[in-house]
Amino acid sequence: MSHYIFRRLVAMPFLVLGIVTMAFFLTTVTKGDPLTALVSEQQLNNPEVVAAARQRWGLDKSLPERYVTYVSNLLHGDMGTSFVTKRPVLTDIAARLPATLELVIAAMLVGTTSGIVLGLLAAYYRDSAVDQIARVFALLGSSLPVFWIGLALLFLLSVHFQILPGPGRIDPRMTPPPPITGLMTVDTLLAGDIDGFRSAVSHLVLPSLVLGWAVAGTISRLVRANMLDVMAKEFILTARAKGAGELRVVFRHAFRNILVPVLTLISYSFAYLITGAVLTEAVFTWPGMGSYAVQAARSLDFPAIIGVTIVGGMMFLVTNLLTDIAYVIANPRVRLT
Amino acid sequence: MIATARLYLRKPFAGTLASPMLLFGVAVILFWIVVTLFADHIAPYEPFEMVARRLQPPSWQHWFGTDALGRDVLSRTLHGARHSLPIALVVVIFSVVLGSAAGAIAGYRDGLVGSAIMRLVDVTLSFPPMLLAMAVAASLGPGLGNAALAMIAVWWPVYARLMRAQVLEVREREHVEAAIAGGAGNARILLKHILPLCWTPILISATMDLGQVILLAASLSFIGLGATPPTPEWGSMISDGAAFFYNWWIAFGPGLAIVSVVLGFNFIGDGVRDYFDPRSR
Repeated sequence: MSHYIFRRLVAMPFLVLGIVTMAFFLTTVTKGDPLTALVSEQQLNNPEVVAAARQRWGLDKSLPERYVTYVSNLLHGDMGTSFVTKRPVLTDIAARLPATLELVIAAMLVGTTSGIVLGLLAAYYRDSAVDQIARVFALLGSSLPVFWIGLALLFLLSVHFQILPGPGRIDPRMTPPPPITGLMTVDTLLAGDIDGFRSAVSHLVLPSLVLGWAVAGTISRLVRANMLDVMAKEFILTARAKGAGELRVVFRHAFRNILVPVLTLISYSFAYLITGAVLTEAVFTWPGMGSYAVQAARSLDFPAIIGVTIVGGMMFLVTNLLTDIAYVIANPRVRLT
Repeated sequence: MIATARLYLRKPFAGTLASPMLLFGVAVILFWIVVTLFADHIAPYEPFEMVARRLQPPSWQHWFGTDALGRDVLSRTLHGARHSLPIALVVVIFSVVLGSAAGAIAGYRDGLVGSAIMRLVDVTLSFPPMLLAMAVAASLGPGLGNAALAMIAVWWPVYARLMRAQVLEVREREHVEAAIAGGAGNARILLKHILPLCWTPILISATMDLGQVILLAASLSFIGLGATPPTPEWGSMISDGAAFFYNWWIAFGPGLAIVSVVLGFNFIGDGVRDYFDPRSR
């Protein structure tokens, strides 16, 4: 097991190197000129300014040279400087990561709990109204574009019915708490600001629902299908014959047997959540990595976009590894080699 | 035993045709194909021209209202099908062809080329597709063609992995051994004896992916990396609508279009899967 984890950890830098190489190869065929992000429009015709900018940002060097520089800087923990914010990419990302983490964790919690509950209900009351509603809910989750349903719900619940607050992380009239963890909900609590905490949570409700919906849908389908299989097994009959209550049968005897596939899916859904976070953040003006990525992509800010891709990919790789370890805990029959 | 017997007795289309969801999916997609082909005749107004006062809410003249430039949202939504549907088809077809070819080579020959291909596949699949597509699309610059290229770049490895697994399994079968003994060349063995037995899972997965590709294309356009104005692409229309948040109808029409197309493809994908793999129901 430790050998396996070690091998996976060793493979990780190579995967990252692979993506960096790919990104650099792509910039050779690029038509968009990053100079437009660096130099104002009037100055683009001024050869001196352009040459100075090229030299300042290392764009006058050949591609192999830039590649070697980038990779060796990366090894020192330097992802370069953003063309747009003019700050180190790593600083930018570190400042924005907590907001994304807060959103993704909230969406993961909403998605997995509601998905598991819906799936269990749908399997237990098979072909009932609950089952049909769960089916439609799951279908919509994988068919609705997050950016559209986000806008629609924002308009309905925030503008029209005024039940939930608008975009952002906290009421704009409030002073945000001093950042300690960067998670708005935690920081408000640490500052003892109950109203701030309430505002932060209510701002989190809609984006995490929108983002978690698709995850809830797919998890509920998987839980339903697996539960139907398990509940037909003979040991369930035995458990019932021995007089176990229904709750005990469902949770102690059946549910534990479907944990492995559910864990796999939860890990897979992490990739979806990072993807969806990009769009959700754009809709809810959530100041996280996703909106940073969108801004970077729009302005051809290559250092920033490669940085976000690497960080996002690494988050994904780490969760996959954690899932594999969780397998072993959930199912002792699994041996990692 | 009885269950297996019943499986064999199933008529080819029994259960599939009876599935109302598959029928619904086919109907929706047929509708959009007709719209794609005849958008000029179906759309009540010109999609690029100012036909009424700007920001009009939905009315009998303009079912989905008018946008910030006074263009008819319904007409633009209908014309949008001409971008979204062909893009999804092109991306999936190219990814299937490219991925299958790469996967078949990697599966048939374990040599250097094969493992190089699979490492590339591993690297690509270990990153969230949307982030990667954004990075690629940003490198290529905005435009629908570039967005399509970016999507192919992130999508083909899925089919490569699938195809490789299929080929690995089929190449061990006895009829392949017989073909080798009969002196058939590598190309002939791969094309005539192995590949014909490998298509089913690829086809299923391709049908199920069509909807997801439409969503990805719309997402790229929404963040400004796909279609550029004034192209009536659904994702960029929703992006226009987001800028005029209080005029909700601008984003409503194109959103409805995306949802119906994706639902349609998902229904068809489920139906196709059930047909080939009845156990999944």
